[in-house]
Amino acid sequence: MLRFASIRLLRAMITILAVLTFAFVVLRMSGDPAQVMLGPDVPQESVDAFRKAWGLDQPLWIQYLAYIKAIFTGDFGVSMRDKASAMQLVIDRIPATLQLTIPALFLKVVIGIPAGVYAALHRQSAVDRGVILAAIFGFTIPSFVMGLLLVLIFSITLGLLPSGGQDTWQHGILPTLTMSIGGIGILARFSRSAMIEVMGQPYIRTASAKGMAWQDVVWRHALPNAAVPIVTIVGFMVGSLIAGAVVVETIFSWPGIGRLLVVSVTNRDLAVVQCILLMIAATMVVSNLIVDLLYGWLDPRLRAHSAH
Amino acid sequence: MISDNLVELHGLTVAFDGVKVLHGIDLTVRRGEAIGLVGESGCGKSVTWLAALGLLPGKATVAGSVRVDGQEILGGPRTVLESVRGKRIAMIFQDPSSSLNPVICIGRQITEALVIHRALTGKAAKAEALRLMDMVGIPDARRRFDLFPHEFSGGQCQRLMIAMALAGEPDLLVADEPTTALDATIQAQILDLLIELRKETGMATIFISHDLGAVSQVCERACVMYAGRIVEQGTIAALFDNPRHPYTRGLFDAIPRLDGPRERLIPIPGTVPHPRDLPEGCAFSPRCSHAAADCRSGRPNLSAMDDGRLLSCFHPVGHPAGLMQAAESRIQEAVS
Repeated sequence: MLRFASIRLLRAMITILAVLTFAFVVLRMSGDPAQVMLGPDVPQESVDAFRKAWGLDQPLWIQYLAYIKAIFTGDFGVSMRDKASAMQLVIDRIPATLQLTIPALFLKVVIGIPAGVYAALHRQSAVDRGVILAAIFGFTIPSFVMGLLLVLIFSITLGLLPSGGQDTWQHGILPTLTMSIGGIGILARFSRSAMIEVMGQPYIRTASAKGMAWQDVVWRHALPNAAVPIVTIVGFMVGSLIAGAVVVETIFSWPGIGRLLVVSVTNRDLAVVQCILLMIAATMVVSNLIVDLLYGWLDPRLRAHSAH
Repeated sequence: MISDNLVELHGLTVAFDGVKVLHGIDLTVRRGEAIGLVGESGCGKSVTWLAALGLLPGKATVAGSVRVDGQEILGGPRTVLESVRGKRIAMIFQDPSSSLNPVICIGRQITEALVIHRALTGKAAKAEALRLMDMVGIPDARRRFDLFPHEFSGGQCQRLMIAMALAGEPDLLVADEPTTALDATIQAQILDLLIELRKETGMATIFISHDLGAVSQVCERACVMYAGRIVEQGTIAALFDNPRHPYTRGLFDAIPRLDGPRERLIPIPGTVPHPRDLPEGCAFSPRCSHAAADCRSGRPNLSAMDDGRLLSCFHPVGHPAGLMQAAESRIQEAVS
């Protein structure tokens, strides 16, 4: 178990390091922060001074080593724009993002999974067809279109909900809905197909042949088996709690991580972008780890496999 | 008075998406007897009993009558079927490893049946489950109670399936090709176990198999099925000594003999027709060397012969019992 944990931890660190390296290189190759920050008409001396001040005049590999060394000492850099600690800027924005992503995740799980399972158990019925249609509708419409559609209906036409900002709880409804609709569709589809596959397995027939009541067959024998693929998708959604709101926050002017990322990329605010990517990578890695542990708990065959 | 007939199937038909795969099965199972169902894959052996117990998927249309102790169970509410399954009629399946739930420990899978049918819970249920595991020959049952199906071999999984089936103390055990997925030596052990358990418990057995040898070991009576119909039914002795339906005969001719001189096996030409395009008349006629014009236009009914067997053929092979005896006595006379 200790060996399993240390291998997983090492893998997680390598993943995060790879993300950081990739972000570091791409950000520096794709535009000059000095030019972006200072504007097009500043004298060359100011540009040089800016580069010197932020260490951008050094060769790339020296910058990289310095950056990695700083990260290991807990120094995540300073925002070029606000001159404040980049990590602090990011941390300040996390609650706003979670205010949207956690309720959205909740809606995805409590609507998507039961809808999919119900559809699977009533295959070919009108409800099943309705669920499939709604699910396809939900996850094929991109969130920026869905967001605008909801604004058009609920803000402009009906005048029921605000279209942007973060002043009251009502402001959170449309962005949360926008974010959850696609996920509900995906989870409904996945739960339906997982459940259909499980219900066709010989052990379900055995449970019925034993004389079990149908609802017990579903709850005790089918659902625990269908849980493995469903947990995979939910795990991915948990991993996107920080990163999943980029488009929606931008549409609804919600001051979370997503908007900070968009603004910081536009401004080439290197330290902030790197901090956000670090956060995103860390969340994804942690949720993957949790999913791995859950697999072992849900399916004893995988437990045996990971122990070897 | 309790009738001697335990289960009666009458005119049982099954169709999948409108295509009929079972064309009216009539079969009576008496208390304590063992009946074999033989035939090639897809002839409807398993479907007959899955249909009787309501275990076919929803797209299957089942009609006819299934009576257990005179009570009709087909088309009744779900609860009626649930009270018969496991309690009156238990069933075990071909692939034991995938027939056990992979995420539930074996002990719980057996105790579930005890909870449902015998209202045993807690320690009593566990003790009874351990007794059943012992009974079917699982060594060290106490230690292995909490293990999962993947931690047992195929043969042991089938033993566990049998233990689970016995939990409800059923009157009839339907064993659907219980040895097909197992090694030859394990097959023999499972057959012995089934024979032994039947002796001990007195339950009736339906043994579904394409292995005629196994059927002859376990059963007293056998039904030969072809393309969704029973084509010949009789005692094991009658069928084995003197098969009358050309298809039954074909099945025997295709078995290699270990004793006697080396002989070329005679396969049955052609393949089983797809249920969607069954031939006119007798379904076996295109593959039958005895088929005549009447076989291709009309279908023979399953009717009783003088020796007690049921046969569905216009031009049976072999000798009727009477003729056979006469021939034998003439041979005796000539020799003496």
